[in-house]
This record gives sequence, C-alpha cells and structure tokens, in this order.
Amino acid sequence: MRRGLVITIVAIALSLGVGACGDSDSASGRQTLSWFIARQPGGAVEALAARCSQASGGRYRIRVELLPSQADQQREQLVRRLGAKDDSLDLLGLDVVWTGEFANAGWIRPVPEQTRQVVSRNVFDSVLETARFENRAYAVPIWSNTQLLWYRKDRVGKPPTTWDEMIQEAERIGPKEGRIQVQANRYEGLVVLVNQLIESAGTSILAGPEQVRLDEAPTERALGILGRLSRSPVAAPNITTSTEDTARQGFEDDSSSFMVNYSFVYNSAKSNAPEVFKNLGAAKLPRVDPDRPSAPPIGGINLAVSSYAKHPDLAFDAVRCLVSPANQLEVTKLEGLPPVRDDLFDDPAIKTAYPGFAEEIRSSIQNAAPRPSESPAYQDLSLAIQRAVHPTTQIDPQNLDAAYDRLREKVLDAIKREGLL
Amino acid sequence: MSTLSIGRGSEGDPGQTSEKTKAERRLAFMLCAPAVGAMLLVTVYPIVYAIVLSLQKVDLRFPEESGFVGLDNYAAVLSSDLWWSGVAFTSLVTLVSVAIELVLGMALALIMHRALFGRGLIRTSVLIPYGIVTVVAAFAWFFAFDPNSGFVNTLPGIAEDKAWFGDKWSAFSVIILTEVWKTTPFMALLLLAGLATIDEGLYEAAKVDGAGPVQRFLRITLPLLKPALLVALLFRMLDAFRVFDSIFVMTRGAQDTESVSILGYNQLISRLNLGLGSAVSVLIFVLVLLIAFVFVRGFGTAVPSQGGEK
Repeated sequence: MRRGLVITIVAIALSLGVGACGDSDSASGRQTLSWFIARQPGGAVEALAARCSQASGGRYRIRVELLPSQADQQREQLVRRLGAKDDSLDLLGLDVVWTGEFANAGWIRPVPEQTRQVVSRNVFDSVLETARFENRAYAVPIWSNTQLLWYRKDRVGKPPTTWDEMIQEAERIGPKEGRIQVQANRYEGLVVLVNQLIESAGTSILAGPEQVRLDEAPTERALGILGRLSRSPVAAPNITTSTEDTARQGFEDDSSSFMVNYSFVYNSAKSNAPEVFKNLGAAKLPRVDPDRPSAPPIGGINLAVSSYAKHPDLAFDAVRCLVSPANQLEVTKLEGLPPVRDDLFDDPAIKTAYPGFAEEIRSSIQNAAPRPSESPAYQDLSLAIQRAVHPTTQIDPQNLDAAYDRLREKVLDAIKREGLL
Repeated sequence: MSTLSIGRGSEGDPGQTSEKTKAERRLAFMLCAPAVGAMLLVTVYPIVYAIVLSLQKVDLRFPEESGFVGLDNYAAVLSSDLWWSGVAFTSLVTLVSVAIELVLGMALALIMHRALFGRGLIRTSVLIPYGIVTVVAAFAWFFAFDPNSGFVNTLPGIAEDKAWFGDKWSAFSVIILTEVWKTTPFMALLLLAGLATIDEGLYEAAKVDGAGPVQRFLRITLPLLKPALLVALLFRMLDAFRVFDSIFVMTRGAQDTESVSILGYNQLISRLNLGLGSAVSVLIFVLVLLIAFVFVRGFGTAVPSQGGEK
C-alpha cells in the first residue's frame, strides 16, 4: 500500500519534470513559444496564435498564456516572473505604458533594426513613441485604443468642443439626464484623464525621463476643469470610484448625456441599451482651451521579446507575423480594437467595426498624447499622480494653487523615487 | 518541554538511567529535527532575507542601483505620513472588527453550545462564511454594495445612488461588515471549544444556590472562559492587523482606507522597490509581535505549549 503511494508520487514527479522540459517536438525540431497576453473576449489572441503557428511552416508553435484582464494585475504577473529571470516567457503583450520600465530593467530585448523597419511601416507616430525607450525600439505595436466623447444626439444639438461648454450644456440639461461620465477612481484611468487634460492645456507632466515640466498656468487650467466637473451636480454620484465600466453603466441607464470612454461602449450599448444606442453620437474629446486641440489618450498593446527567451530570433519572427496588417484587421473584427497602422483605416473592415466614427478614432490616435511613460519609474509616477488628484472632488476651483502644489510635489518625489507611495 | 519531563520523571535512579535518558533525548532531538529544519527553511530564512533586503536599496526596475543603505529605508517609512495614517487605520479596523466579532462570536457560541435540536445544522451553517475564500467573500460584498449591480441601494431608506466606496466612513463600514461576517465563526468556534471544557456541574451547583443566568454567565462562564477568550482575541487581532483582501478588492486603499499591508503591497509588488517594501513588512512584523507580547505578558494569555495552566 505504502509502496504503491511512493511509486505514484515518483511517477507524478517524473511526468511533471518531463512535461516541463517538453519545450520542443524533438522529432520535428519545432519550438514552442509562449505568449503572455491579456485575455481578450473576442478570441483574437487564440486566433492570431493559431494563424502564425500555421504560417511558420513548422518552425514554431505559439502557446497562449492568458493574463488577467486588468492592466495592474497583468503587470504584476509579468514582473514577478521577469524579476526572477524566468526563461519560460518568450513573447510579452505589454500595455503601452510599460516600455520604459521593462526596457530599463533589462527584461526585454531591443527590436532588431531589420524587424523594426518592417513593423513600423505606416504605424502612427504617437503609437511608435510608446514602444521606444531612450531612442530605441523595445516593442512592436499590435493594436491601439483611444477615447472619444460619446453623447446623446437627442439631448445635445452639436457635440461641445470644450470641457467648459460640455459642463454648461450638461448643467442646462440637469442632473437627471445630463450627467457626464469619466474615469476618476484612484487607478490608472485617472492618470489617463489627468494627462489628456494637462496635454490639451498645452503643457506636459514630464519634460524628460527625469525632469518635471508641469507649467503652472496650463496645469491649473486642467485641474480647474477636473475640480469644476467633480463638484458639479452633473458629475456622476460615484465619480470618485468611477471606472470605464461604471461610466458605461451610467451612460446606458439613461441618466447621462456625455461620456468619455473607449470604443467598446458602442457594441455594449448596442446589445445592452438599444434605446440609448439609437441616439448615441461620437465626437473627438473636448478641448481645455478653445484654440488648442484636445489630446486624446492612447492605449493598446505592444509586443516585446523577453531577455530570457531561449529563442529570440524565432520570437521576433513570430512578432512580425502577429502584427501583420491582416492580423491587425482580424483583431479589429473580433475585438473592436483599432489597428496601429494608419493605412489600414482605409480598409472597409474598419468602417464596419466603427460605423460613423472611424475617422474620429483615426484622428484621435494620430493626435494622441501618450502618458509620461518614458520614465522607467512610470509606476511610481502614476501612483503619485493618483494620490495627488484623488478624490477629484477635493480640487477647489477657487484655490487651484493648492492643488497644483500638491501635484507638483508628488510628481517630484516620484521622479526621485523616494518615500512611500 | 517533553524532554524536560522525561528527565524529571527518571530522577529516581540516576546511575543507570542517565544512559537511557541521553538516548531518549537524542531520539527526541532526531524526531524534532525534520520539523525544525522545515520551519527554519520556510519561516526563518524568508524573515532573515526580508531583514537583509530592508537594509538595502533594491529596486528590480533599476538593477544597477542596488547597495547597502543601513536604516535609510526605515527612516523613509517612519517619516512618511502614509505609514502613520496606515497604522492608525489598520488599528481602527482591528479594534472595531475584533470587538464586534467578540460580542457576536460569544452569542453564537452560547447558542451553539445550548442548542437543543439541530446542533449539527446550526454549527455547519454558522461556519459557512468562514469556509468561503476571503477574496470571494470580499467580492460578494463589493458587488452587493456597488451602486450599479448591488441590492443594498434598493433597500428602503438608502439613497439609490449611494456610492459606498466613495467616502472613507461608508467604505470603512463595509470593510468592517465584511471582516465581521467572514471571521465571526472563527471566534465562535474557539469560544465554543472553551465552553465545552466548563464542567456542567458548576452550573447545576450555582442554580441550586439561586444564581440567575446573568450571574452564572459573569461568575462562571466568563472567568473559566478567560484562557480560550484571550487566545481567540490574540489570534483575531494578529489576523485582523494584517487585513488585506477586502480592502484590496473594495477600495485598493483609496479614500484613506489604506492598511499597512496594502502599503507594503504597493511598495513590493507595484513599485518593485524591494528595499522599501521589506522595511514595511519588517515593521508590520514588529507590530504584530508587539500585539502578541502585550497579550502574553500583559494579559497572561496562555500560549499553547503551557497547556492553559495559568
């Protein structure tokens, strides 16, 4: 009896050991590449992995390792493994703001020049910028994302061009139907909002990887809008805990006339709230100053190859396949996520995916202002910005100096990477 | 402990049994060795490693910048407002939740002890919350109080769009509720075990002498329950002080609801600043030790090896 147990345990241990080394089909010489990437509801990740495995002609097979859907959790899973120099990761799907951190830590390989030339052809400059660190490409963009202003066509004649106009218009409609939905919980989405306001006011958070910019007058204009919106009766009652999803729900329940959000809300409204969907309009994000364009945020995923990958050349081949124009369009079809190549926006598939707002998406990505992720301490910076402006209801539009000083001080500390955050 | 009693027991015949005693002691050591070895490996090594890390500048994102910095990390933590507000909030959560759990747990234990019928059913149903994974329980309550998906705001007397996690004290109440709901059964179980050790004869005698139920509770149950009560309180305090899951799920520390564990998590996992994060962890460890010390020395809580003889 006892011997039987011992034999079973040994057998399990051996089979696990064998399984762990089963990295290649020894007969055919085909290598297995693992691709760590966030789960996508439409199945695009699996579809692309299968396509490229097929197209490799037996050289490699891509095994998908799904990460959680929240960006913070994806990053935690990846950095834990990379921090321990885990060599079982080959391809990594990185959020656009992680490039600096991962490259500086030595976790990802620079993209070889030849590959870089191929994969950056026709790609939006704003997107390429997110894949660079210290003037070198460390990642390859695969899909993008950006926010639009969604509004109710039945309540709003013409979409507002500035935030001030929007708040006025919403207050005219009243808090029963005129609410404005944004993302202001203490999380990354708040940094997205703050960054686009600051950029649209004509300044930026950083002037270089370790240099703070934050010009006073424009930063205060941006913070003023945030404070005014948060204290207005048309702010969502849960504004201090609002996320992309609570904004979507608040818009779909008919209480809101405006929403700043990603394009997933289009299909969601279509299936969840047909009445709202009938009057759903999309426009570019409102401006801070009437004479300066808005600065839409940029999201999406860049692919990188781990420094500890055993077959980096094959991995970069796989990256080239995964980001091919046909595959980018497949992602748009399955997930509704926009491609990173400008020329693909002329494809009819884009018009199908974004009926009536394809041009808004295109120009938003084109004019997008990335978050200050050139700093390798971006995570510190993000936490510091969140702490400085949350809860946004505490920003007093009459006393913006206090809010400004707080933000500047926190950002300076974060750049020095000192103290608790 | 056991080796001592063996030695004492064989005192009668020193000349011959000292050989036997030695052999027994050797055997005892050998029997303990694997357990001690395993403990050293899985607890002492990580603790020592954390202390070593806390004296260094280690940030996984900046591998070339590491080096010994002495107590700088501790200075950074102890001089930070965040740390002290975290300690204050954590202590508040600990005190309030353990106090409520004690009262409810005691009531449940008495009910379970005195239940005339359906004992098994009552005990099982009381234990269900404790059997649920903390994160799952936290999510369940989070969704219940969420203004979009929850049922709580549909109850009469509550504003329909009340944002529970948008304000410090409402978030605090929900966190306390979750903690209490989840761990009261643990408290009740420990107290029930204590109740079972009390001799029924004492109650009979007291009844004969004319003691009412309140007197019996105050004069018999409470004093005899003291050892079990203190152990239960100690365990829950140590546990509650490390509160993490429900806060992480509900507010992630926003609205000034940051516990010290959330703070440690932010430095270690989000910022990958192992030096600073280890300093936070070591300080949490010291605070937990302090709680245990106060209980054992101050209130005379019997630790298990003393068999509750105090």
